[in-house]
Amino acid sequence: MANKEVITSQPKKKQGNWWLILSVILLTVLPLIFIKGDFQGADGEAKELITEIQPNYKPWFEPLFEPASGEIESLLFASQAALGAGFIGYVIGFYKGRNN
Amino acid sequence: MNTRLKNRICLGLMAGLSCFMIIFSPTPAYAMHIAEGFLPVTWAIFWWVVTIPFLIFGFKSLSRITKDNPELKLLLALSGAFGFVLSALKIPSVTGSCSHPTGMGLGAILFGPSVMAVLGSLVLLFQSVLLAHGGLTTLGANAFSMAIVGPWVAFVVYRLIILSGKEKLAIFCGASLGNLATYVVTSMQLAIVFPAVEGGVMASFIKFASIFAITQIPLAISEGFLTVLVWNWLQSYAINELQTLKLLKNQP
Repeated sequence: MANKEVITSQPKKKQGNWWLILSVILLTVLPLIFIKGDFQGADGEAKELITEIQPNYKPWFEPLFEPASGEIESLLFASQAALGAGFIGYVIGFYKGRNN
Repeated sequence: MNTRLKNRICLGLMAGLSCFMIIFSPTPAYAMHIAEGFLPVTWAIFWWVVTIPFLIFGFKSLSRITKDNPELKLLLALSGAFGFVLSALKIPSVTGSCSHPTGMGLGAILFGPSVMAVLGSLVLLFQSVLLAHGGLTTLGANAFSMAIVGPWVAFVVYRLIILSGKEKLAIFCGASLGNLATYVVTSMQLAIVFPAVEGGVMASFIKFASIFAITQIPLAISEGFLTVLVWNWLQSYAINELQTLKLLKNQP
């Protein structure tokens, strides 16, 4: 019985995947609960810090295209994540189906 | 009951430490990519010149891998997709601001760091063109930190720890430290260009790096966990591909 499993894949042992997922969720949620911050996305603040150190600095190049609003930006970020995650799901599913 | 008490103490300590960090960190932290136009022309060109050889080398090893082992294409694309997802996720951190992981560790550990120079640069290109996140002029510098130094650190750390035989620990540490290294390099790149009035480059570097490091620590840990998660899946379902990769690595 065990032999068959060894041929197709690693012998089944606990990998602790749920603990990994839970840890990531906790690491993400705990700061939101315990910390008072504005959770700004950070690039704007980077520019502020640079202009604080060197007030005369003028950026010499502007982005060619900027998302029209925060909503459009989050749409693009969500699409990026969805495309990537969908593809990962496809590959893992493909590998899993092939094994069965 | 004892472990429960321990857990509570741990949680309390974490919360306390987090509050401490918030109260005593005067400047908010920020994401890793250097914004468009925020490196002077000479430095922008300098980082492009440094990055291009790695890109050429990366393209060569990419085409070699896909030619010799076409069955690995899917796994290669998976490594790219992993970076694509993770760098889209802006995650809140203990400093009260958001940053995002890089997702470069997985591919660096599976295929070696040179391939990631190409895959990471593609992610950065996408974000700078469509999202105004990072920039074209600063792409050289951003690619150097995220797509070159990060993967190399991940790869070397993985290779060192794997000697002890602890594979998952090696993957976790590789992915996490690769993530942190990216931010250290970005701080350095910014510090060189924008030295503090008092104390110069070093003072500026310490300022940038201390902010970056604290924001990035929980994200680096998350990235380590997620990389191990995908690795677990691969080990369960794609053991053949992993074997092929092991053979590739043993070739000169």
